Amino acid sequence: MLEIRNLHAVVEGEELEILKGVNLSVNKGEIHAIMGPNGSGKSTLSKVVSGHPEYEVTEGTIMFEGEDITDMDADERAHLGLFLAFQYPVEVPGITNKTLLREAYNTIARANEREELDPLEFEDYLVSKLEIIEMKDEFLNRSINTGFSGGEKKKNEIFQMAVLNPRLSFLDETDSGLDIDALKVVSDGVNKIASPENAIVMITHYQRLLNYIKPDFVHVMMNGKIVKSGDISLAEELEANGYDQMQKELA
Amino acid sequence: MSEETKALESMIGEEYKYGFTTDVEYEDFPKGISEDIIRELSSRKEEPEWMLEFRLKSYRAWLEMEEPEWFNATYTKPDFENLLYYSAPKKRPSLDSLDDVDPNIRETYEKLGIPLEEQKMLAGVAVDAVFDSVSVFTSFKEKLAEAGVIFCSISEAIKEHPDLVKKYMGSVIPARDNFYAALNSAVFSDGSFCYIPKNTACPMELSTYFRINNMESGQFERTLIIAEEGASVSYLEGCTAPMYDENQLHAAVVELIALDHADIKYSTIQNWYSGDENGKGGIYNFVTKRGICKGNHSKISWTQLETGSAVTLKYPSVILQGDHSIGEFYSVAVTTKKQQADTGTKMIHLGKNTRSTIISKGISAGESNNSYRGEVKIGKKATGSKNYSVCDSMLIGQSCGAHTFPYISSENASSSVEHEATTSRVGEEQIFYLMQRGISEQDAISMIINGFVKDVLKELPLEFAVEANKLLDIKLEGSVG
Repeated sequence: MLEIRNLHAVVEGEELEILKGVNLSVNKGEIHAIMGPNGSGKSTLSKVVSGHPEYEVTEGTIMFEGEDITDMDADERAHLGLFLAFQYPVEVPGITNKTLLREAYNTIARANEREELDPLEFEDYLVSKLEIIEMKDEFLNRSINTGFSGGEKKKNEIFQMAVLNPRLSFLDETDSGLDIDALKVVSDGVNKIASPENAIVMITHYQRLLNYIKPDFVHVMMNGKIVKSGDISLAEELEANGYDQMQKELA
Repeated sequence: MSEETKALESMIGEEYKYGFTTDVEYEDFPKGISEDIIRELSSRKEEPEWMLEFRLKSYRAWLEMEEPEWFNATYTKPDFENLLYYSAPKKRPSLDSLDDVDPNIRETYEKLGIPLEEQKMLAGVAVDAVFDSVSVFTSFKEKLAEAGVIFCSISEAIKEHPDLVKKYMGSVIPARDNFYAALNSAVFSDGSFCYIPKNTACPMELSTYFRINNMESGQFERTLIIAEEGASVSYLEGCTAPMYDENQLHAAVVELIALDHADIKYSTIQNWYSGDENGKGGIYNFVTKRGICKGNHSKISWTQLETGSAVTLKYPSVILQGDHSIGEFYSVAVTTKKQQADTGTKMIHLGKNTRSTIISKGISAGESNNSYRGEVKIGKKATGSKNYSVCDSMLIGQSCGAHTFPYISSENASSSVEHEATTSRVGEEQIFYLMQRGISEQDAISMIINGFVKDVLKELPLEFAVEANKLLDIKLEGSVG
């Protein structure tokens, strides 16, 4: 589904490499976790994969669903079924969640020659997804992330993921800033969305999230590269010994 | 500059779509301004003596005044001796039907999408079209007359309703009010007059379309709207102008008078030519608009969408004289390229328990400069009064400017004034967020802007809101990348 080969990237117009040769394969039905210390490049990886204009790929390729998406615009990548749950969801005052989602859903449907939903059908569809993150329907009529609490913003990302039903989702530190109750709701939501037909890549600092969403693979990222991959035991090892210890071992 | 920002700026910098001129013959009239010119103008308009006196008095006042320079804009001052103070289509028609309108003029209206068409009439909107300085067509007059509403050109009102004009013209904005109001009072060409009698709701929304179409002609519209006790009216004004290199001066005066329990809603969409990429050409829009809530429980509401003109100096204001009266100002001002706008409002609270609301949204792009200037004054006797102001600015790109100049004063302790101001940038993060959800860059920008101005556009009458959205789209559409 996703094949990242020797990916190098810089902030546009700058020389300093942030990604220094990342390799990653993700298949349908898999859940991956990418862990790593601050500044290791894990959030950058999710932005580069989803087409953030601030970054420039200097070497390597990103293949998604058989297409080379390395130079594609962000919206075209979304049409192919790529989703990013933002670490810091952006506020867009004056536009409701519902308006955004209907526009997004129908734009993606059009791009894939699927049938669009009319406003009434879409309303029913939206309401059916609300239970996934235990939100009330007044949530739909609020401006996108405007005045939302940190927890609500993160829930909103997972709600959007449920509505848009992507093939591959990157969750960028979705657990940060969540209290234990909200973490549970968000994790339950992700588990409900996960299926043999889609794939999820979680980016996280802490092992905590992995108690709720069980990954099939765990990768450790340091200094712009994936330095070690394994199963859940790798995360447990990290939790016990810390990143420093691992860095020393690798050195 | 990143690709996104470039794309943004190219969209916003769309060429002016309404830049064309109509070939209509004009009567000869000498350029420049003097007492003789004013006498000639007044006599061609067959005005009564008192009107000529009003003009001459205003002219003498104007001669003693200095052109103001206190605003946040720079431009080449108009050469008043080189302006043409009177122009009119040569064939002055007396019209029975649309077929009698000069075909050139009709074509212009059609290009502009101005609905002097039967569909529009069926939709129930009376249109008093001002083409240059003379009203060429007034529709729905009979229906309005049935309700007792007078809606005609100001020239006609001077002849037919002299008592009303004498009583109210200059009562809200005296000739000496400011330099451009004095000039307008001396040489105003034409405009609209509207009178709603006691306890009458005007049976339809009134709209006037202005169009400047004469090289180097100053355009001096004069509008007077009077709502008697318990009367209500919604007045719509929209304008576009053809592309010219020479700066064109537009110095209108609009006066609104609301008596006890009267309600006046005045909406404007302004899309005059704003000049080219280098700031050459474009309209100077120096308008004085003011309303007085003369009666108790009266209400005046200004809503404006300002997207055009090279330089805009405009402060639609309300004097809240009656107790419990309400003043409102809702504004969206968009500046692109080298446009300069210094616009805002004044709310002068004089009566007890008066309320005012100010919602101002400024969008600046290109190398433009957008200033909000607002004054809220609560007088000693205006006890229990309240003002609420929100003033938000949005910047697109790195080369534009947004400024806020609030002036607030309250002379009594039982009143409250609340002022909020924010400045934001249409960020790459916002655009990326929406694009990540599958929305195209152009739609993303359009969504962000629409969200920003929503609180104001919802104040426009419904069919005007549609035009407003169209206008914003024209300003924003274009090829991406």
